[in-house]
Amino acid sequence: MSSLHVSNVRKAYGSTEILREINIDVDDGDFLVLVGPSGCGKSTLLSLIAGLDTLSGGEIRIGDDKVNDLHPSERDIAMVFQSYALYPNMTVGQNISFGLEMRKVSKADREKAVQDAARLLQIEHLLDRRPGQLSGGQRQRVAMGRALVRHPKIFLFDEPLSNLDAKLRVDMRTEIKKLHQRLGATIVYVTHDQIEAMTLATRIAVMKGGILQQLGTPAEVYNTPANTFVATFMGSPSMNLIPARIEGRDGSLHLKIGQGNDALDLELPPQSQAVDRYDGKEVIAGLRPEAIGVENERAASAIRTVPVRINVLEPTGPDTLAVLDFGGMEVSARLGPDMPHESGERCDLRVDLSKLVLFDKDTEARIH
Amino acid sequence: MAAKTWDSPQMVVGKHNNVSRIVIYSMLLIVALVYLVPLVVMLLTSFKPLQEVYAGNILALPHEWTLAAWEKAWGSACVGLDCSGVKGFFWNSFRMVFSAVFLSTLIGALNGYVLTKWRFKGDNVLFALVLFGCFIPFQIVLIPMATFLGKIGLAQSITGLVFVHVVYGLCFTTLYFRNYYIAFPDELVKAAMIDGARFFRIFFRILLPNSVPIITVTVIWQFTNIWNDFLFGASFTTGASAPITVALNNIVNTSTGVKEYNVQMATAMIAALPTLLVYVVGGRYFVRGLMAGSVKG
Repeated sequence: MSSLHVSNVRKAYGSTEILREINIDVDDGDFLVLVGPSGCGKSTLLSLIAGLDTLSGGEIRIGDDKVNDLHPSERDIAMVFQSYALYPNMTVGQNISFGLEMRKVSKADREKAVQDAARLLQIEHLLDRRPGQLSGGQRQRVAMGRALVRHPKIFLFDEPLSNLDAKLRVDMRTEIKKLHQRLGATIVYVTHDQIEAMTLATRIAVMKGGILQQLGTPAEVYNTPANTFVATFMGSPSMNLIPARIEGRDGSLHLKIGQGNDALDLELPPQSQAVDRYDGKEVIAGLRPEAIGVENERAASAIRTVPVRINVLEPTGPDTLAVLDFGGMEVSARLGPDMPHESGERCDLRVDLSKLVLFDKDTEARIH
Repeated sequence: MAAKTWDSPQMVVGKHNNVSRIVIYSMLLIVALVYLVPLVVMLLTSFKPLQEVYAGNILALPHEWTLAAWEKAWGSACVGLDCSGVKGFFWNSFRMVFSAVFLSTLIGALNGYVLTKWRFKGDNVLFALVLFGCFIPFQIVLIPMATFLGKIGLAQSITGLVFVHVVYGLCFTTLYFRNYYIAFPDELVKAAMIDGARFFRIFFRILLPNSVPIITVTVIWQFTNIWNDFLFGASFTTGASAPITVALNNIVNTSTGVKEYNVQMATAMIAALPTLLVYVVGGRYFVRGLMAGSVKG
């Protein structure tokens, strides 16, 4: 177990820059999730940490050791691959102990370590089988067993759940989280699934186009996204981005949305000083779907009642997704399962403006 | 491989199929017969005494079955001036084939491994050049090769012949293994690297154990080609170091004395048996290996 420090890391193939000046520091025991759309460089970054690819610049340290030029086997890491990468010619037991064998661990110690790992993952009865005879979930466990058995400083996971069916994926997600809590291990986990990122991580790094967009706890990334990309990437349905105007009146700031008859004028709760400078300017207002149609009385001072028209209702069971006409803009909302409205209806919904995030119209960065 | 769970289309269509089925099978039968007749003649002749060979029909069964011709071919037929049969040459061929097949397969596998899993600048150009070697006819290299063998002191020896076969076979074995390994998952190699295996460990512990189909194909291909080779054997060896194909030629092409057809046929059968055996044992894998990767599962 160990901390991980990625400093100014760059990677380029010829003139194509894959990663630009990435800086990430995580502490011992952190669960870091690298998340982003495909091609954002998250897998490349994982390969660089693993030592399967060479850096074009910068430095990677595991604990206090600079590992830039170390062979993957000398970095004291273990990796779980998307395809599991189990050796088809070996039994499950041999697969798990292969890394120990390469490190010249004695046979007796190897067997004990394999038994321990197998017990932890409940695959003891599979040790004599070959990977070809296992189901997807079992292979996944074996792949984790192969990583666990070595007690590495850092675990690397490369989209480990993406080959499983939906139900199993949720189960294994919980297993991985349990495992992290029990072992207290440092984990770097790559995924394109924002739900996996939110549920597993203690730290999330959102990436796009080889640039780190935001690094923070799941709550930080979700509630105060650094820019509109992070705002829309995290969360489903994604955050509503509404073009709006800030106007100062009667000693407080107002948010004007839309024009003409449908236009809305919402008084903002106290904002940071940075927002003052946008008085009279266009901004992008970010509002999570669950901040519209709130029922509880929490943060009452920030709640505004807004007249809307309900265009579409999509019941999902636990809640109902609604597409609203919101000051002339189309906006999605997450309403309660038993809400009394019907599509086509006009009604008043309570909007929690304490969850409002404002973005600069040009840079698309959060105003704070 | 999954069991077949459906009938092929022509099995479902029904009655008028019987006619086409009969046509197909009779044609197959005729072609099979045409191909088999020479083998039958050879076998029958080799089991006949010499006077029966000269007296009777070549397709007639022997009146008196005898192994005399086989014994003579193996132990006392005259190859040139030496009358101790082809057994020495048979073992020559065996030693030559064994070493040449082993070396060319191993090196070809290593080449394929490097060309696919340890990519370097210009690897595709190199591979194209190796591939080019597959199209060079034997005859072109005879004289330069003879000069070269002479210079390194391997002329007129089995070792020299093995060297030539390995060099010539490498183009094909590299091609086979490269195409097999290109579909071999890179993640397995990466996993092994993280597990602490290096270049040769990964090759011997991960790649090779998973290469049985392509090894079978390569071994059959190389075995048949090298065992059946006459040109290199005749060009680069003399006397007692010749392979069996050369000995067979020397027995059959003698211009003195009575033509002992039965002995010649027995010799030809001895020369052909090992390749037949290899096909019988490995033929199933041969087709499977050539098709490997073409269909999923």
